[in-house]
Amino acid sequence: MAKASTFRNMVVCLFLICFVCSGLLAVVNALTEAPIAEANVAKINASIAAVVPTFDNEPSSEVFQVTVGSDAISVYPATLEGALVGYAVETFSNKGFGGRITLMVGFQPDGTVYNTSVVSHAETPGLGDKMDASKSNFSEQFKGIHPSTFRLAVKKDGGDIDAITASTITSRAFADAVSRAYEAFLLIENDSKEEM
Amino acid sequence: MEYIILIISAVFVNNVVLSQFLGICPFLGVSNKVSTAIGMSGAVAFVMAIATLVTYLLQQLLIALHIEFMQTLVFILVIAALVQMVEIVLKKISPALYQALGIFLPLITTNCCVLGVAIMVVTKEFTFGDQVQMLNLAQSVVYATACAVGFGLAMVIFAGIREQLELSEVPKAFRGVPIALVTAGILAMAFMGFSGLV
Amino acid sequence: MGRLKLITRGIIQENPTFVLVLGMCPTLGTTTSAINGMGMGLATTFVLILSNMVISLIAGLIPAKVRIPSYIVVIATLVTILQLLMQVFVPSLYETLGLFIPLIVVNCIVLGRAEAFANKNGVLDSACDGIGSGLGFTLALTSLGLVREILGSGSAFGWKFIEGDGILAFVLAPGAFIALGYLMVLYNKFVKSKIQ
Repeated sequence: MAKASTFRNMVVCLFLICFVCSGLLAVVNALTEAPIAEANVAKINASIAAVVPTFDNEPSSEVFQVTVGSDAISVYPATLEGALVGYAVETFSNKGFGGRITLMVGFQPDGTVYNTSVVSHAETPGLGDKMDASKSNFSEQFKGIHPSTFRLAVKKDGGDIDAITASTITSRAFADAVSRAYEAFLLIENDSKEEM
Repeated sequence: MEYIILIISAVFVNNVVLSQFLGICPFLGVSNKVSTAIGMSGAVAFVMAIATLVTYLLQQLLIALHIEFMQTLVFILVIAALVQMVEIVLKKISPALYQALGIFLPLITTNCCVLGVAIMVVTKEFTFGDQVQMLNLAQSVVYATACAVGFGLAMVIFAGIREQLELSEVPKAFRGVPIALVTAGILAMAFMGFSGLV
Repeated sequence: MGRLKLITRGIIQENPTFVLVLGMCPTLGTTTSAINGMGMGLATTFVLILSNMVISLIAGLIPAKVRIPSYIVVIATLVTILQLLMQVFVPSLYETLGLFIPLIVVNCIVLGRAEAFANKNGVLDSACDGIGSGLGFTLALTSLGLVREILGSGSAFGWKFIEGDGILAFVLAPGAFIALGYLMVLYNKFVKSKIQ
């Protein structure tokens, strides 16, 4: 049964347990560090693949930054046999109900939205999380729109978006994130015109 | 202004017990009387404020050393040690306060709202208007204290209701925890009215 | 007591949720859908089995007075290992359950089983006890998640069988309390009365 609780015993025992446990954690951490990083890259790649037409390059290795306002936005160009087929823009909005929402928005070279996908969010399950394509068809309405002719605001605010029932704040944040992505797209377009 | 938003958000809108589901065990366990509910909340507030202060500083150390994976282990050890220390110090300095809070202190180590809030302030981003940022030290402590106040508020209201409930005829299968849970649900519904306030 | 009985005891007679009323925070916080509830239950089961086994092995070596801190260190280590593994294999579930994964450390069930059973019994018995309590917890969480999902979003395990929205309150906080309250009533009425 348990040892006597002398001061020396207790100190030695606690020290040993902490030492062994931290050592074990360090080992597990070292083993999982690379796979976790891979899983994160895989997640970004999956959301890129979901929002742009078929491509054959590796967009995550050709990423570049665009500055919109004071924020740096990551842009992943997708090409097929060397020709540009679209940009995946990793955009965000701070106006979500649960804080920041991160989206991936794919644009075709002419500025048409190809598709959108949610990268991360903290919206209420069952309400705001319906912006996720797997939970409801809210995000379907963004497919194939062109932000120059489609007003990126919910109908309540005079725009063209059907808001998620009982989640106007989330819908507004979604619109905000998509318009930020479009601003980034316009900046890329301007830059590439200047180059030509 | 930021502090006011933080406090209102922590006490009413994102009440730890009724909307974030932290600290449910003491919420159901020691809410039979208003007086014990007040005692428990006092002890939680005390430990939560100090624990958050210490864990916030420790988190900076963990980040500096690149051993963030030790977070859970370090935080719970700090909280457990802190609870012991508070108990010893309180016994020496203020026997009266110890009398009032003493029996609740050992229960706090396994009260998940202390660890929950400590982890939350170092990992979660908070929204202030258009800005999204991590909390600084002062904000963290204020937020933790406000969370504890929210915990206390929920506890005291709930204890008040349960004292009345004791006197009423409740169907057999509902007696004890089930009726308490249904009551808590209605209380949570009332607190939902605060959402959208900040 | 037979090992099988140890397992069934945790599931029925001493169900951690319905009878012992332990671990209420994750029970209410993560059960917005049946899948999430099951994920949380299985994560807890993983920690419960391992912590029971480790603690039954080392219990004899630990002085009585530092028993609890030592157990907490062991449990925290196991939880951190779980966190790292989940980030590799089920990153999206890890993100959904969020804060409640590290909070397994302070789940009263884990420390409770260590203190009440594992430190007095052999490794295999402790493992069975862990499996029993873990499965009982998982069962409770899955059924609560299922009830909330059916009522709140008209689907079960992600399979939607009613178009449109459900009763939103059941996905949100109040529904969690109320649904659990009524599940307990059913348990008291139909299971508890049979056992006694």
